[in-house]
Amino acid sequence: MKKLLTIAATLGLISAASVAVQAGPQQDLVEFRAYFKDRFPDVPFNDYINGVYAIDQASREQWESIEEFPPYELNIDKGKKLFNTPFKNGKTYASCFRNGGIGIKQDYPYYDTAKGKVVTLEAAINECRKKNGEEPLKWQKGAIADIAAYMAYTSRGHKFDVKVPADEGALAAYERGKHHFYSKRGQLNMSCADCHQYNAGNRVRADILSPALGHVTHFPVYRSKWGGLGTVHRRYGGCNKQVRAKPYKPQGEEYSDLEYFESYMSNGLELNGPGARK
Amino acid sequence: MRTLPSILTTAGSVLALAGSLTLVPAPGLAADAKAESVVDKGKAIAFDRKKGNCLACHQIEGGSLPGNIGPPLVAMKARFPDKAKLRAQIWDATKANENSIMPPFGRQQILSESDIDKIVEFVYTL
Ligand code: HEC
Ligand code: HEC
Repeated sequence: MKKLLTIAATLGLISAASVAVQAGPQQDLVEFRAYFKDRFPDVPFNDYINGVYAIDQASREQWESIEEFPPYELNIDKGKKLFNTPFKNGKTYASCFRNGGIGIKQDYPYYDTAKGKVVTLEAAINECRKKNGEEPLKWQKGAIADIAAYMAYTSRGHKFDVKVPADEGALAAYERGKHHFYSKRGQLNMSCADCHQYNAGNRVRADILSPALGHVTHFPVYRSKWGGLGTVHRRYGGCNKQVRAKPYKPQGEEYSDLEYFESYMSNGLELNGPGARK
Repeated sequence: MRTLPSILTTAGSVLALAGSLTLVPAPGLAADAKAESVVDKGKAIAFDRKKGNCLACHQIEGGSLPGNIGPPLVAMKARFPDKAKLRAQIWDATKANENSIMPPFGRQQILSESDIDKIVEFVYTL
């Protein structure tokens, strides 16, 4: 009898483990969406690209009037110019990307099996520069955000299509990102999920918390608080600081994996970057 | 053993006596003022964005622009007949609810023990 039980238990464990491996990201995605569908039954799926404005009618109108004369318009122009300006060797950014870099942001970030790491759009931009003998740009804001804004702009309306290939490293990167999202951190002991999943729609003081579903669709983002554009890693750093945690380095493994997870969770949503936020 | 209760009673009545005496002249006012100032200090710490910042999540009488992540802090004496339990909630909210978003003010040394004592006194008046 005892032996039988042991065998049953072992079998049980084995099948549970293999299901978990198979299910993984896909199952997470289904559950993640279902969570928000349940929390905000009246919000249509594609409206999540509008962040907090998808769930707060009062601030939405004000935001819509801002978007009519977008504060990031100049940045798109600057980005376009930079994008099309040849490097010293005569080549341009277009040479580094699929489809000449137009309308491709939905593929980012992706897991590069050869490099064994997640590659964000910003990382690919600097990689392109290095390949062509140029100095890398500073992360987070300035020229890199302008270029990313232009590339995002040409990708508007495309749907996020981030893949986690059947690769040990890719799965591990995804899992690290997920773990980051759900782990409590900082002196204040809060996780991303505490604010952007379990309390989405609630107010911290006067700020309504956005749902994490759709977090990445509109980046880089123009924030009035920044008086300019910033990448999603800049935003992550700000959210880490709010809970008195030391922000990680932009484009380091932590934030790249986190962006990988958040982007995978936003699969199927339309890109609408660059966006404007408070 | 038998004498203990009577000692307590005596002590109690002495205290009671002292209490009623102080009602008359100035020393009592001073004591009240002191008690009030602990509550006031607690309130200031609770409302300070860099300290308790309780308003980030709780509606509290007298505070503006409260958040609504946590329940409004009202009827605290009825909710926490045992003051120590109230203190424990503020000291480490994750004890009662492992996944609580409320910062563990004592455990993580966000506030000093004496700041927490003062907040407890303030919250107990709500
Ligand atoms: C203490 C609460 C809190 C925590 C914890 C927190 N954030 Fe935020 N976050 C905010 C607030 C407030 C805003 C601004 C309002 C909004 O858009 O949600 C914000 C905004 C954002 C935005 C921009 C949304 C947009 O539409 O532009 C992103 C992305 C984001 N947070 C990601 C994260 C991630 C990832 C984590 C964990 C590493 C995290 N946040 C942790 C409070 C928090
Ligand atoms: C980031 C959010 C947040 C902050 C900041 C916060 N709380 Fe809370 N608090 C909560 C939540 C959520 C609950 C509900 C119980 C739980 O999940 O722990 C709660 C519960 C409580 C309770 C128990 C209420 C009851 O009726 O059971 C008390 C008392 C309390 N908080 C006091 C405070 C005080 C005092 C401060 C500031 C020093 C504070 N909280 C700061 C989120 C917060």
